[in-house]
Amino acid sequence: MHPAFSVIFLTTLLGAGQGLFLALYTGQLYALANLLPDQSNDFYIMGSFLSMVLLIAGLIASVFHLGRPERAWRAATQWRTSWLSREVVVLPAAMTLTFFYGLFHYLGWTQSLFTISDTLPVDATLVTGALGTLVSFLLFLCTAMIYASLRFVKAWHTPLTVANFLFLGMASGFMLAAALSAYMGTNLVAFYGTWAVVATTLGAISRGSSLYRNSKFRCKVDMQSAIGVHHSQLHQKAQGFMGGSFNTREYFHGKSDSFLLMIRYIFLLMVFVLPVLMILFAYLSESVRLPIAAFAIQYIGLVLERYYFFTEAKHPQNLYYQSMA
Amino acid sequence: MTQLALVIDLNVCVGCHACVTSCKEWNTSGWAGPMTDQRPYDEDPTGTFFNRVQTYEAGVFPDTETYHFPKSCLHCEDPPCVPVCPTGASYKREDNGVVLVDYDKCIGCKYCSWACPYGAREIDEKLRVMKKCTLCIDRITDTSLPESERKPACVLACPTSARLFGDIHDPNSNVSVAIREQGGYPLQPEWGTKPANHYLPRRKTRIQIHEDELVRADNPLKKEELPSLPDGGETLDDVAW
Repeated sequence: MHPAFSVIFLTTLLGAGQGLFLALYTGQLYALANLLPDQSNDFYIMGSFLSMVLLIAGLIASVFHLGRPERAWRAATQWRTSWLSREVVVLPAAMTLTFFYGLFHYLGWTQSLFTISDTLPVDATLVTGALGTLVSFLLFLCTAMIYASLRFVKAWHTPLTVANFLFLGMASGFMLAAALSAYMGTNLVAFYGTWAVVATTLGAISRGSSLYRNSKFRCKVDMQSAIGVHHSQLHQKAQGFMGGSFNTREYFHGKSDSFLLMIRYIFLLMVFVLPVLMILFAYLSESVRLPIAAFAIQYIGLVLERYYFFTEAKHPQNLYYQSMA
Repeated sequence: MTQLALVIDLNVCVGCHACVTSCKEWNTSGWAGPMTDQRPYDEDPTGTFFNRVQTYEAGVFPDTETYHFPKSCLHCEDPPCVPVCPTGASYKREDNGVVLVDYDKCIGCKYCSWACPYGAREIDEKLRVMKKCTLCIDRITDTSLPESERKPACVLACPTSARLFGDIHDPNSNVSVAIREQGGYPLQPEWGTKPANHYLPRRKTRIQIHEDELVRADNPLKKEELPSLPDGGETLDDVAW
């Protein structure tokens, strides 16, 4: 498939935004269980704001993918059948909950509303955060299922696609939380850094598995089945046009194998190796800048990862344009 | 339920592209708006088409067969492009099974084109909506036209009658009979999309003739080996009555 930068930025920005929200709420739960010292509201406000900015940036990126963005509201109607429509429904919900999570922290509504079992004080932020966590996971599912549900595109049609979107989004989000706490001088860098390394490792396992899987399989259909002439020697002589068409532009990346191999090594390095090493050094040297750099490098790596994700997909319609390939 | 479809006979298609041009002509002039082109008379021309004719060659020279392969939307009975549409712009008509795009609802997200394994959908770069073969829906449902003209433009244009049009759910329709009797097949059946359009394979028509069928060996009335008449005059056979 031809990599669309609008979708590359949409998925990576949303992933980091949702991951950051999950990181904030994880921190709040740990603090609630007295495993971490209580954080100031400022950290949650700043974090929610950053998460909102990322979600909105992702939404803006998605607009560039649409031919008719002025009709985008219609995309919420087919949630019964379309994962894309479900994403369109869940994304505003995630944005709303993130907004209110930040707002409730800003307003200081952290006094408990009621107590469960005399031990768990429940306040407005806890409830909003729980709902936001649920919706964030749902949004990861929707975004990934847009690709994983396409049964003709074998490289995407696997649960590993969902695992990749989830773990890589969480990795960048927790990495951003570590960078944010380093920037704001809170004592959560080690906590978020550890979680970021865990998520990055999980992502390395799932992405590595999908890379291995995609290097193995063959397409279910071949040219013989595509045109119904069962002859072992079959060659295309004419595509039906002299110039290009949508079919030759949308489904072919047009990049050389060596270029893609280079992209693959670079993204493996930038997503999985460098950020983990940088977080490790940041932990040892208590550096403020290293976690920020770790997030930045991982994010750029994720953009390349998503680019590679599109080029990995071999669409069966390409069988009809073999004189292009 | 009716399922309208095309049956394309690869045995007769000569690859003249008359279906392509008539399709473009009819559908770019209709009420649904133009099918736009970019740089039509310049370098690297491109544009929107509902139908293309490709050419394939099977075998190794000199023992080759050329296949002209018209390719358009197959109007699947289980169309994968319809459920993925986020706006409901893509739909399958209940009454005749034609898969259509509502150009007023389409947001041009291209997701349906990713979901179609046949590459049947193309985005109109100017109008920024997804387009595809409509089986000339404005023509086949127009009751003001005489019955014989209620057919897609490509079918009417085909000079070799390689394109048949009809209801594949009616077992006695011309298309059903053609599929049944001439080995009609769908494309990429592995996916289970059940394409309504079918293709008829290349067929060889050779007659087996034996020598004794040419020579009237056992015919008592045979003329070839009769001794010629002594006077060389006329026989009764030569007389016109």
